[in-house]
Order: sequence, then C-alpha cells, then structure tokens
Amino acid sequence: MKYHYFPGCSLKGLGRAYEESLLPVMERLGVELHEIEDWNCCGATVYMATDQGNACVLGARNMALAEKNGAGDIVAPCNACYLTLNKAKHCLAESSAIRRNVERAMAEAHLTYSGNLAVRHPLDVLVHDVGLEAIRREVVRPLTKLKVAPYYGCQAVRPQCTFDDQWNPTSMDQVLTALGATVVDYPLKTRCCGGSLTGTVPEAGLRLTYILLQEALRRGAEVIATICPLCQFNLDGYHDQIARRWGAVRIPVVYLTQLMGVAFGMAPDALGLKRNFLPAEPLLAMS
Amino acid sequence: MKVKDDQPLRIGFYVCHCGHNIAGVVDCAAVAQYAATLEGVVLSRDYKYMCSSPGQELIREDIRDHNLNRVVVASCSPLLHEHTFRTAVAAGGLNPFLFQMVNIREHDAWVHTDKAAATDKAKALAAAAIRRVARHRPLETTRAPIHPDVLVVGGGISGIHAALTLANAGKKVYLVERDPSIGGHMAQFDKTFPTLDCAACILTPKMSAVRAHKNIVLWTYSEVAKVEGYVGNYTVTVRRKARYVQEELCVGCQECVEACVFKEPKFPDRFNVGLSRRKPIYMPFPQAVPQAVVIDPERCIELKTGKCKKTCLEACADRHAIDFQQKEELVQIHVGSMIVATGYELFDPRRLPHYGYGRYPDVLTTLECERLISSSGPTGGELRLHSGQAPTAVGFVLCAGSRDYKTNRWCSRTCCMHSMKLAQIIRERTGAEVTLFYIDIRAPGKGGEEFYDRALAQGVKFVRGRVAEVSDCPLSPAEQGKLIVRVEDTLAGMVRRIPLDMVVLAVGMEPQANAQEVRRIMNMSCSAEGWFLEKHPKMAPVSTFTDGVFIAGCCQGPKDIPDSIAQAGAAAAEALALIDAGGIDQEPNTAYISEEDCSGCKSCVDLCPYKAIAFDPVKEKASINAALCKGCGVCVAACPSGSIGQNLFEDQEVFEEIEGVLAHA
Repeated sequence: MKYHYFPGCSLKGLGRAYEESLLPVMERLGVELHEIEDWNCCGATVYMATDQGNACVLGARNMALAEKNGAGDIVAPCNACYLTLNKAKHCLAESSAIRRNVERAMAEAHLTYSGNLAVRHPLDVLVHDVGLEAIRREVVRPLTKLKVAPYYGCQAVRPQCTFDDQWNPTSMDQVLTALGATVVDYPLKTRCCGGSLTGTVPEAGLRLTYILLQEALRRGAEVIATICPLCQFNLDGYHDQIARRWGAVRIPVVYLTQLMGVAFGMAPDALGLKRNFLPAEPLLAMS
Repeated sequence: MKVKDDQPLRIGFYVCHCGHNIAGVVDCAAVAQYAATLEGVVLSRDYKYMCSSPGQELIREDIRDHNLNRVVVASCSPLLHEHTFRTAVAAGGLNPFLFQMVNIREHDAWVHTDKAAATDKAKALAAAAIRRVARHRPLETTRAPIHPDVLVVGGGISGIHAALTLANAGKKVYLVERDPSIGGHMAQFDKTFPTLDCAACILTPKMSAVRAHKNIVLWTYSEVAKVEGYVGNYTVTVRRKARYVQEELCVGCQECVEACVFKEPKFPDRFNVGLSRRKPIYMPFPQAVPQAVVIDPERCIELKTGKCKKTCLEACADRHAIDFQQKEELVQIHVGSMIVATGYELFDPRRLPHYGYGRYPDVLTTLECERLISSSGPTGGELRLHSGQAPTAVGFVLCAGSRDYKTNRWCSRTCCMHSMKLAQIIRERTGAEVTLFYIDIRAPGKGGEEFYDRALAQGVKFVRGRVAEVSDCPLSPAEQGKLIVRVEDTLAGMVRRIPLDMVVLAVGMEPQANAQEVRRIMNMSCSAEGWFLEKHPKMAPVSTFTDGVFIAGCCQGPKDIPDSIAQAGAAAAEALALIDAGGIDQEPNTAYISEEDCSGCKSCVDLCPYKAIAFDPVKEKASINAALCKGCGVCVAACPSGSIGQNLFEDQEVFEEIEGVLAHA
C-alpha cells in the first residue's frame, strides 16, 4: 500500500504530534507514505473563500507534483487540507475558467495536472484499505476500560462524505473498538470545534469548544479522540480560558493515531504525547 | 395541382396570433402573406384567436364562401385544439380530415427569441403542412363501444368517494385495495382540520356504504397485476392475496384473535404506526371494512411451520371462516375506465439524523402523534411520553424533509394545518406548552387563516426558523433530561435553544414507493418527483395521457381531504361522461394492409403492442383489426414488403411534408 503523503503546514508545526504518531502507526500497518517533494500550502480555507481561482492553483500544484511521482492516492491527514484539496479537485472538474487559470499556472511551472489522483483521509485508508482486522492484529495493549469520545470535526464529513455517513460517521468508532476501547455515544461528533473563531471571536468560538468538552464528560468519556490538528488544538489548548468563563471541563484530547500507537505498544514519547497541554499519559498508562 | 377527385385544390390557410403568445415572436402577417403565394392556397389570413368562436366561424364561412376543400391552421399544439378545428371544418361541410394543424407556438414562438428566424421557421412549417394537406383523403371516424364497469384502485378517502359516486349513478364498480381494510390514511386521523370534526364519524359511514352497496365489488388485500386493452375495453388482472380467512364467513367476532396461541400481542401494528402490538391473526382496526380478520403468514406458526395447536380454528368452530389452505388468486375483470387513487407515503425522518428520530423515543412524526391523541389509539387518547408521563412542553418541527433541496423540494400543503390541528388538540386536552417551528405558515383555503388565528388565541407559540437540530445534550440545568431544539429565530434575530419533552416532526408526503410500478401497469406518466401526471395542470386535472384512466387524491400530488374528495368526484364525473356517451370515437389514423402485396411473413404479428394484427392461415395474409389498432406505426415501419400503410401517415403525405420544410430552407 503506497500513497503520496501531503502533511500540510499543521503537521509540521502545531500539530506535529499528529505526524509523529501517524507515520510510525502507518508504517507498522504496512502503509508506505511518501511525502510529496517541495509541497506547498494546500490553499487553505481562508484563501479558498476570498480567491477561489488562485487558491486552486496552490492545491493543483501539490497534486501535480504527486502525479509526477507516479500512481497512488494522496493522503492528507489534516481535515482542512483534505477538504481544500478535494474542493480544488471539484472546482477544476466543474469550472472551465478555473481550469484555464490553473493550466496557465502549471505551464509556467512545467507541471501537468490531470486530476486522476484521489485525495483521501487517513481514517478512510485505515478502515477501507488497511482494514479493521489488520489493525486488531497489531494491538498488543488493548485499551480496555478506556472510555473514548470519537470526535470527527466538520471538514472530514462536510459538505460531502465519500467514505462514511455524513451525519453520523462511525469509521473512527470502529477503529477505536478494534483497539479494545469503549466508545461513548457522542452525538456531537461532527459539531464545530470553534474553528478559527477561538482566536478571532473567543466568546463565540470558545463556547463551541466548551460545549463539546462538557458533553463528552457528561457522557462519561475519559478522553476525546480527534483526526484534525485544529480540532485537537482548540479542544486541548483553551482549558484555562474555558474554566474561567464556564467552569472547568478538563478532559485530555488526543489524536486517534496516538491511541493506536499506544495500543500497538509504542512508547508515548515516540507518539508526541508529551506535546499535549493536558497530559494524557497517566490515563493511557493506566489502561 | 389537382386533388384526387379532380377538383382543383382550394386551400384556406390561417395563422393564429394567440394574443402575444405567437404574435410576440412570429410576424403572423408575414407568414400569412407568404402562405398566400404557395400552390393551391386560395385564401390566407392571420387572426388574433383562431380557437375563439369568431375564429371558428371564420373557417366555416370561408369554406362556404370560397369553396375551400382543404384547411391548414398554424397555431398551438394539436393536443389542445386539433379537435376544435376539425369540428369547425366539419361544420363548414368538409371532411374533418382534410385539415392539417401546424404548431408554431410550442414548437416555435415559445422556444425562440430571434423574431426573424422564428418567422422563417413558421413559414417553413406552414409550407410543409400546405403540401401535406394536398394529399389528405377524406376519412371516417369509427365508434367503439365502451364497457360501463369501472375499476377504482385504492381504498382511501379518494377511492371510496369515487367508487360511491359511480355506484350511486348506477355503474358497477370494482374497488381494489392493497391493505386488508379500506379507509387509508384518513382512518388513522383523530380529527380533521379546520372544522375539528371527528375523522372516523365522517369516514366510517362511507366505508360501510361501500361494503353494503349493491353496485360495488370490494376486493381488499388485492392488487392490480396487469392491465391490457384500451379505453372502453380494458382487461384487468387482479391479484387477490391470501387472507387465510374466508371473508364472507367471518363475522368479525375476533374470538380467534383471543384464542391465538400468542397470549400477548407481539408484532408492530401498522394501523398504530408501530406504537402498539398485534397478534399473527388480527383485525386491522376496530372500524375496518370488511369486518374480517386477517392472518399474517410471516408470523403465524401454522403457516410458517404447520405445527400449531390452531386454537383459532377451535374458536371459530362451525363458522369455518379460517382457511389455512387459501391461495393467492388471479382474477380477470373487464372494465371501460379506471380511476387511480393510490395515495401517498410519509417522508421517513430517519433521513434527517440531526432531528434525532429513531434515536430519541420522544421524537415522533405527526402521524404517530395523531395515533397517540386518538381515542382508538394505543393510549386511548392520552398523550404520553415514552416514560409514561404526560409532556409539559411539546414542539412541532414543520417542513421536516419538505421545501429542502437535500430531501424533497415540494411543499406538502397539509403539514402546517395538520400541525396546528394537533397543537390545538394538545393545548385543549393537556394544557401543555406547544411551540411550532415554521418557515412560513401556509394556511390557505376555506377556514385556514381562521384556524391559524384560533391556534394563536389558544396560546400556541410560533417561532419562525428552520430547526437546526434536536439533541439531548444539555447546557443548563433547565435543559437536563429534555430534548433541546436549536433554532435560528429569524424574527428575534438570534439562535435559540428551547428545551421540550416531546418533539413532533411534521413530515411531508411522498409518492408511494411502488408508484413507478403502478405507473407502468396503468400506462401513466409521472412528474420528476414521482407524482402521477395529469393531462393538463389546469384544464384536465384528473385525466391522464391514457384515455379512460383518471387520477384522484394524493397520488397526483399532496392535498388535503376536501381537495382529495373534490378530485375523486371529478374523476368519477369524467368516467361517467365517458360511459354515458355510449361509445368512443376512434381516430382513423389506423394501419391497413394491402393484401396483394402482403407476403405473409408474419413479422408484424408479434411486433404489434396492441395485439391488433392476426394472421389469416387460409389466405396466408396478415389482417389488422382497426378497433384495436392505436396507430403507433410499428408494423408500417417493420413490414419488409411495404404492404402496410397508415391513414393520416401515408408515405406521400409524410414525404410532401418533408419536402415542404426543405424547399423553404
């Protein structure tokens, strides 16, 4: 199983722990991730909103670079990258004006974009290519007794979801169950994490984050599993501010791949777990 | 050019303005001037409305004064007015088939904006028709008898009303219903809006009347399997499913139900939309017609395994109504016309997971709420939560699945009124707070607005905004243990969270799941959404494109009870008009065989979709029954020796038409 790997800016910065856990876990499962050489910004949601035509150029360049390296799907672990690249693909297929603009830019860079490569989320790869059975086989420390709230965020499933149910996705639930964890019924699993509002309009953004945290606690979760760097940061990074406004709702928030690494018997240090604001190691050591 | 009987051609040509419909795009005077130059045309006029009485009078007078022997009218679609003009031509003393119509409205003015090009096209079409009509021969219409019996499909309120109307007029009616009882959705309602009269009280007398009527053959638990034939002469095959109970022997005492080896009712009861349970042998509902029990073969131990004590048989004793040997039957009937009234299905709110239906037991549909407040319902009319307690706050989510690009785009027309009805009943009976979440309140029709006022006066709260989500995730102590509706209140300009005990989803109507199958069997058309298509949305609202097949009620589109009954009456009247005319004029556009050319190859015999062609083994020639021929032309095209011709579509006629168009271009 070979894939082009598009890390995006987050996985090299704030969301480094995601990459640190994703790469060894995927390697263990026999998934080869080849980082696209000289990749650039995915096009980002904000740029997409202000200048769609040129945002698509950024996305198309990454996909064209991948195409140059041969066949195989592109894996984009960050939900925003995943959505933005797919959106660029969609725009290029639907709009001849955008396609002309992109073709002009690609010609300058001596690249060609054909749109043949699929852009996929690692969760999709885990469930549909690797398979739950293969994941189960790698588990050496089942997460028995650990109660996990699966949190998907919005961008992996909206506006469309190609690999799961849009309203009630369950693929992460299945992976967690395969790890031996107890999945908590969490109806807010695709609700907004606060997005960039946590930075720009904290009263609004943090309230959304707070709702997610307190509901996970109310439903008996001990940890929240995420698949998006912005979700992880929002849910993990503002505990103090939230406590000052609405009261403490302290619950560790980790990447799904970190939980997988722990279940696979990998050392917490090798999975970026030390980077969490609210430490999750004690909890994971227990299980 | 001369016509067949050697008289010189004298063609009258008319071009209709149709107000601005045609004249707004096509230069009608120019078309008339052009037509006047064509061979055989002795008179050419443009006129504002050819279909009006003066327009028709013009044709009549011209035929007389100018001795016309052919007429061409360039106007709208022949579907609309070919008959009108043929009648005018006949009134002028000419054979009505010495006439040709040109469609320069639907085929030209309505689809073009370039006036010069559209005028040019009109001229080309006119030239084609003028050359064609020169070849027309006088033809005679034949009259086919019509079978006076009528089939009504569907035993809801529309089907019941149509059947009774026809039966009261002395016609024999077969009423075929898929379920074990007639009554349809209306039987499940507690009260009807806007008068709040008891649904059962006005429906059940009609149900009983159907059963008792000497002119109605009622077949419940039956479906139409096949339809053959044509208007006036349909052969219908009805599948009568095995009820395992002899309907005429069962007296409806239900002692068998009592005696069934299942001591407790165990299986979801369809009438109560799964809110209560029934046994394998059951009465569909208390007022069911016919009053005969039915056995569910999927649940009955005897029918599944053959190893039951059959206590039901003992209870039935010497009535011998229960019959485990009963088999499905196919019965053939002959009718002249049919009324399709197959109703609707409700939208399944599981398609809207954010409303929590199926996840939270106190999220209901309007029909479930209806059963809960009905005195014949599972709680005897007490509105109860899943926990058994009475709700103190109830919310109605309007347009659940309706007026939404993601699900159904249409408005179901009845849900606003239906919800306001339930809201008023809940206010009256329980005093609970009731909130309606709506996009627009649609309360049209007689008494609708007054009904809305009444709901307001009763203290029903109205919040304008499409509900975003129903959840059980509380954010405050007041929300603990409640269902929380999150909605953007577009009048207050804010997002609100409203805690409630019960949420009722006002689900809209959808075409029946098997609508496409019924459509194929009955040879009807469907709209894109799947509703059966009427012949004309205004002028022929209960007719279909198949003669002798009429539609009524919600199978044609969402509507309330008064509208359904009005349509059912209209459909019955259309059928009566057809029957009492005594016969049907048949278009003479039939195919015929020239015997000397027929080689007897039989290619046409199997191809004919109407089984109108027979093979004469003595003469070794094919022969066409004109009464059965629908003029589809399949045999004409297929005949290898070219020995089949078709009236009104003769080769010369069609070739002249083609050359007329090409000559102009």
